[in-house]
Amino acid sequence: MDGPVGRDSPRIARFAGRWVAVGVPAAFLGVFFVYPAAAILWRGLGSEGFGPISELISSPRTRGVMWFTVWQALASTAITLVVALPAAAVVTRLRGRGRHFLRGLVTVPFVLPTVVVAGAFDGVFDRFGLEDGGFRLRHTVWAILLAHVFFNYAVVVRIVGSFWSGLDHRVEEQARVLGAGPIQTFWAVTLPRLRPAIASASAIVFLFSFTSFGVILLLGGPRRATLETEIYRQAVTRGDLRSAAGMALVQLLAVLVLIAVATRLERRRPVPTGVAHAPPKPLGRGFVWANFAVMAALLGSPIAILVERSLSVGDGYGLDHYRALTERVPQLPASATTALGNSLLFATIATGLALVVGTLAALVVVHGRAGLRRVFDLGLTLPLGTSAVTIGFGILIALDEPPLDLRTSWWIVPIAHALVGTPFVVRTMVPVLRRIDPQIREAAAVLGASPGRVRRLVDLPIAGRGMLVGAGFAFAVSLGEFGATSFLPRSPETLTAPLALYRLLSTPGELLRGQAMALAVVLMVVVALAVVAIEASRGSRHGAEMAWESL
Amino acid sequence: MVSEAILTAGNPLGDVMFGVDNTFLARALDAELFEPYESPNLANVPDEFKLDSQHRVTPIDYGDVCVNYWTDALPAEAPEALEDLTAPELADQLVVQNPETSSPGLAFLLATIAGTDDWEQFWADLADNGVAVTAGWEDAYYGEFIAGGGDRSMVVSYASSPPAEVIYADPPVDAAPTEVLLDSCFRQIEFAGVLAGTDHPAEARALIDFMLTPTFQDDVPLNMFVFPVADSATLPQAFVDHAQIAEDPLFIDPADIEANRDEWTDRWVEIVLG
Repeated sequence: MDGPVGRDSPRIARFAGRWVAVGVPAAFLGVFFVYPAAAILWRGLGSEGFGPISELISSPRTRGVMWFTVWQALASTAITLVVALPAAAVVTRLRGRGRHFLRGLVTVPFVLPTVVVAGAFDGVFDRFGLEDGGFRLRHTVWAILLAHVFFNYAVVVRIVGSFWSGLDHRVEEQARVLGAGPIQTFWAVTLPRLRPAIASASAIVFLFSFTSFGVILLLGGPRRATLETEIYRQAVTRGDLRSAAGMALVQLLAVLVLIAVATRLERRRPVPTGVAHAPPKPLGRGFVWANFAVMAALLGSPIAILVERSLSVGDGYGLDHYRALTERVPQLPASATTALGNSLLFATIATGLALVVGTLAALVVVHGRAGLRRVFDLGLTLPLGTSAVTIGFGILIALDEPPLDLRTSWWIVPIAHALVGTPFVVRTMVPVLRRIDPQIREAAAVLGASPGRVRRLVDLPIAGRGMLVGAGFAFAVSLGEFGATSFLPRSPETLTAPLALYRLLSTPGELLRGQAMALAVVLMVVVALAVVAIEASRGSRHGAEMAWESL
Repeated sequence: MVSEAILTAGNPLGDVMFGVDNTFLARALDAELFEPYESPNLANVPDEFKLDSQHRVTPIDYGDVCVNYWTDALPAEAPEALEDLTAPELADQLVVQNPETSSPGLAFLLATIAGTDDWEQFWADLADNGVAVTAGWEDAYYGEFIAGGGDRSMVVSYASSPPAEVIYADPPVDAAPTEVLLDSCFRQIEFAGVLAGTDHPAEARALIDFMLTPTFQDDVPLNMFVFPVADSATLPQAFVDHAQIAEDPLFIDPADIEANRDEWTDRWVEIVLG
């Protein structure tokens, strides 16, 4: 016999849960992104409204910049897909330690500052005699594309890979039984089912390449300009906020159009699938080894160069540079290890924020009302495609009064990091949540499960993996961030490891350079271990289950 | 930093801003970022550093941006004047930074404007002579310059780079591997100022006084790799032994820089990057 309380409380809880699911992400995005971005655009454009934009679009130089921005991002995305999709197939099938190792390895580029990567690639080319003649990559478009593949490889491998391993592989087996060859099976059966995850990963790769800054300046050479580098030039070097705001608005509009297209692709023709029952068929040895070779060349060789440089002491090798990290050098307000501690704290908080906001938002995107879905889908991906100048300057002028005077608080650092981490959680979870067979959910409901229980018993086990992949990215992005927060004032409390690394490289001398390389290697190891640990945390998910059910 | 200070003018991020130099000084002064304050400790500072007669900013340190060369790697005799850099014997040896994205890059452009008869022709000649351009100091010094494994023997860097090459050498060395071309040095003076709108004006002034005391001034070289403005300051031995200071550095009035900076860099982009 249910009393009135027993009947009403789930309803109240559901009502409250819905408000939390919509309210928390909306408030987070509104306060820390929409309001600051609107404030800085308003300050820049002011009463002139959209006038400067038509002016900008009609200038041939701006058009050239826009065209280059778009095509290099499209090309980067396409090449990354071609190189990383086969690797996703391999990673999907690996088990045990090899799988952990590769998960960690592919995520390493996220924490490497561009200046370090550029130096490492130079070292690789040097070693193999590729620095001259036809193979000279420095300051070419190819260097930009290569670097974007290097940085984004993990996005495709991890997002598509985790989605892939959740697919029911019996469909492929049936196709094979009916006489289809492996390639035909992939094109006709596997690829269409992977499409939501591919669209999700592509959107992230495109946005990263679209707004990339250091890669364009350092590897592309002084003649290349994108919307991102132009916004920086106008706002920071020229102090011309009006032109910068015009370009920032153009950038935002371009990103909105792009995400709208990507989310449509992701949503079209949903392919409901159950949970994987059996391991997929093993791949050919040649295929697997070819992928290992690509990983070794693309990721392994620059990493090996960095490790070698970090160990190179005087005329031999040793750990001196690593030991030196605990002592403060005059170039830094605190020791490198203190900076590393700060970075770990910020990354932990940023990951927690991104998980909460991103998971709630993903639920709204998949199960919410139609209009709300679209707004959340677009809105929460937007920070990834927004200039660091827009976010950084926006925070400076918008969050400057109580109760939100966060400019000099260390909290603003993890919050800004979470803005960029959230899209990863949303984009990894949405395709996974969407593919859950509605029949399973209905069956659970018919059998008497409350919506909360359906979420816990059906959605969580399936979507949990996507959630943790997203969390791993949020952690890595935070650990390596060097964009919006570089405009904020720094103290020993807010010095992050990438910032310390840059400062170590700003005075000549082999000792400082060696320390910088050692710090880069420590960052790589930390992020690889963290990603593996985050994904292994699925075993202890009781807390997550409780929270999940209450929504 | 000036851009951020202008954005937050009236509700500043701190009480004192330190680090604005003469290449962007006029923009900061035009934006009325600072409250005037004449520190009594300015008595120890030579007049050549006091660029603002109203004392809205106080000079703290200075550094010269100069062409550095790796002595053993030069293919010809060491250059002695800016014009020598266009000599065919030094073709493909110099790397500079883009003045639009780099502070030393801008300073060196200003050096050529102040130090050559026809700076546009000079840069056209440099471009013909194979000058390389990078976005920032790090990729010039550690990417193209021989110090980081590159193949160029001359780079735009600082007068304090040779002592840094000694202090942070690995293995230790007795003499700096690099030297500076004194004729190419452009002087950057760094200032501090009390930010208008601060809640702590008295403490802000006290901080500026402190920055001119021997305690702070003596620490300037080894902490920031620039030179103290106070003539009473003592230089560390490594700076005495390995740093050279131009007696007559190149200089342009901050107001002239502010009035022409965008035009000059636009022209530079046309000539060098075409």
